Amino acid sequence: MTSLAHTAADAVTVTRRNLIKIRRVPDLLVFTTLQPIMFVLLFAYVFGGAIGEQNTGIDYKEFLIAGIFAQTVVFGSTFTGFSLAEDLQKGFIDRFRTLPMSPAAVLLGRTASDVVNNLISLLVMGLSGLVVGWRIRSNPLDALGGFLLLLLFAYAVSWIMALVGLLVRTPEVVNNAAFIVIFPLTFIANTFVSPETLPGPLRTFAYWNPVSSVTQAARELFGNTNPQFPPPDVWPLQHPVVYSLLWSAAVLLVFVPLSVRQYQRTTSR
Amino acid sequence: MVDAVEAEGLVKVYGSGEGEVRALDGLDLRVAEGTVVGLLGPNGAGKTTTIKVLTTLLVPDAGSARVRGTDVLRDPGGVRSTIGVSGQYAAVDEYLTGFENLDMVGRLYHLGSGAAKERARELLEQFDLADAADRQVKGYSGGMRRRLDLAGALVARPPVLFLDEPTTGLDPRSRLGMWKVIDDLVKGGTTLLLTTQYLEEADQLADRIAVIDHGRVIAEGTADDLKEQVGGERVEVVVEDAASLGSAREALAGLGRGEAVVDERSRRLTVPVSGGASVLVEAVRRLDDAGVGVSDLGLRRPTLDDVFLTLTGRATEEPDDSDGATRETQEVAG
Repeated sequence: MTSLAHTAADAVTVTRRNLIKIRRVPDLLVFTTLQPIMFVLLFAYVFGGAIGEQNTGIDYKEFLIAGIFAQTVVFGSTFTGFSLAEDLQKGFIDRFRTLPMSPAAVLLGRTASDVVNNLISLLVMGLSGLVVGWRIRSNPLDALGGFLLLLLFAYAVSWIMALVGLLVRTPEVVNNAAFIVIFPLTFIANTFVSPETLPGPLRTFAYWNPVSSVTQAARELFGNTNPQFPPPDVWPLQHPVVYSLLWSAAVLLVFVPLSVRQYQRTTSR
Repeated sequence: MVDAVEAEGLVKVYGSGEGEVRALDGLDLRVAEGTVVGLLGPNGAGKTTTIKVLTTLLVPDAGSARVRGTDVLRDPGGVRSTIGVSGQYAAVDEYLTGFENLDMVGRLYHLGSGAAKERARELLEQFDLADAADRQVKGYSGGMRRRLDLAGALVARPPVLFLDEPTTGLDPRSRLGMWKVIDDLVKGGTTLLLTTQYLEEADQLADRIAVIDHGRVIAEGTADDLKEQVGGERVEVVVEDAASLGSAREALAGLGRGEAVVDERSRRLTVPVSGGASVLVEAVRRLDDAGVGVSDLGLRRPTLDDVFLTLTGRATEEPDDSDGATRETQEVAG
């Protein structure tokens, strides 16, 4: 076998192991799915009335869903860092590192199974969205593109979280650290409000924030936009798909090698 | 004889400045092909760090090491395909079954799916885990986890095996079981480097023992060699009443070759002697004359505990701590 085939085979083995865990720890799955449902309901009914149409130009629930999708998959990718830190703590990474397997395989397997995690939460969110009145108004192909873009961006963020998990080494700390970064990142954006309502510097941040472009792209691909209320006239939000793809590619280019290098150096203490 | 493991001048320093810890400080080690070397030392002596360097997990700051002639630093991949490692914590996945754990390791060794399955079944049988093979590991006992972890290290039938404190935290019965398993392996010709803080364990399993302290090997040899270094026998007396320790010491003065050591807490008095049983008879006579009540009296051969005490000037556990309970928790905490 070539080394590329080895890497792929090893990654599949590790992915399988991670997926078995999803199946055997149902609590994990329950919370993975309950959280997005909670978000959909909370935002639709708590903020829905207050923020409403005057702010966004369309039915708020329609506007909201893409934002919640984006926020949830980005949060979902912290699971990558959490699980790696946990494996490190339990000596599991040590075991993997003494095997003659590809050094990238553990991270490839981890991030791949976290895509499955995110896929499950997207499905659940989509269903709860439909229940509260969200509709896909484009065509199935565009809609599929919207979901794929969300997953790709989350996959890229997973590799950032992988590095964080390997450096921080304590699962709980990974979660807290990620929370501090991801909360502002997903709120100072066009996820829940129109960025024009934000004060100066925050507005600029929101314009260039890739979470905004991913959200905008998803809205467009789901057909949840209103031509009377075009997105702000800034390049990232005018070209949300391209901008989101560029960001995802850049993050992967930087963080895949960094994470693999860190993996090869790391060992439990 | 060919050396399966060679390490020269290994240095590993953690932190810097005031907080600097020299985990390894010029460690040299050799393990001949087909033999068992026990790396013996207290917590923090550098045992685990040594294993991590030799198993390619950790890059040392200085020094070099080879496993069956393959350089650990230049060709870590080559080393990984000839070794089996079982770490201090049983690195088995709680949510997988015993079978799935071993099957996964077999696949990662690229045995192929059929061979991986077959090998997993075989090892589960060999390690007395066949009945639990299809149960999730979270229901396993500590001893079963350890056995499974060890089985994981053996999947690819590695010629060189590293075991880091294989019985730490196990109850006495599981420990005996583990010793039996390791003993059988070694009879099959596997080269083994194991670390332990149990002197009895090193004595039981290892052909040669390397005593390690502060990141260096401070003595090396067979258990008998090391005991030889400490010298001969000693008379040990446990008195009935701690108050009579003084008079016991006076009574036995001049009996031995050196100063008596008194441990008040265990009411024990130890005197190095030479001359065997006749000295013991003399000790009985003197203690009786002095009217000292004795609850235990005997002639003891040196233990590896004595070896460590002699070599380092302190006991293997905390220097001033002879309290059995505290000692046990330290050992379990590993």
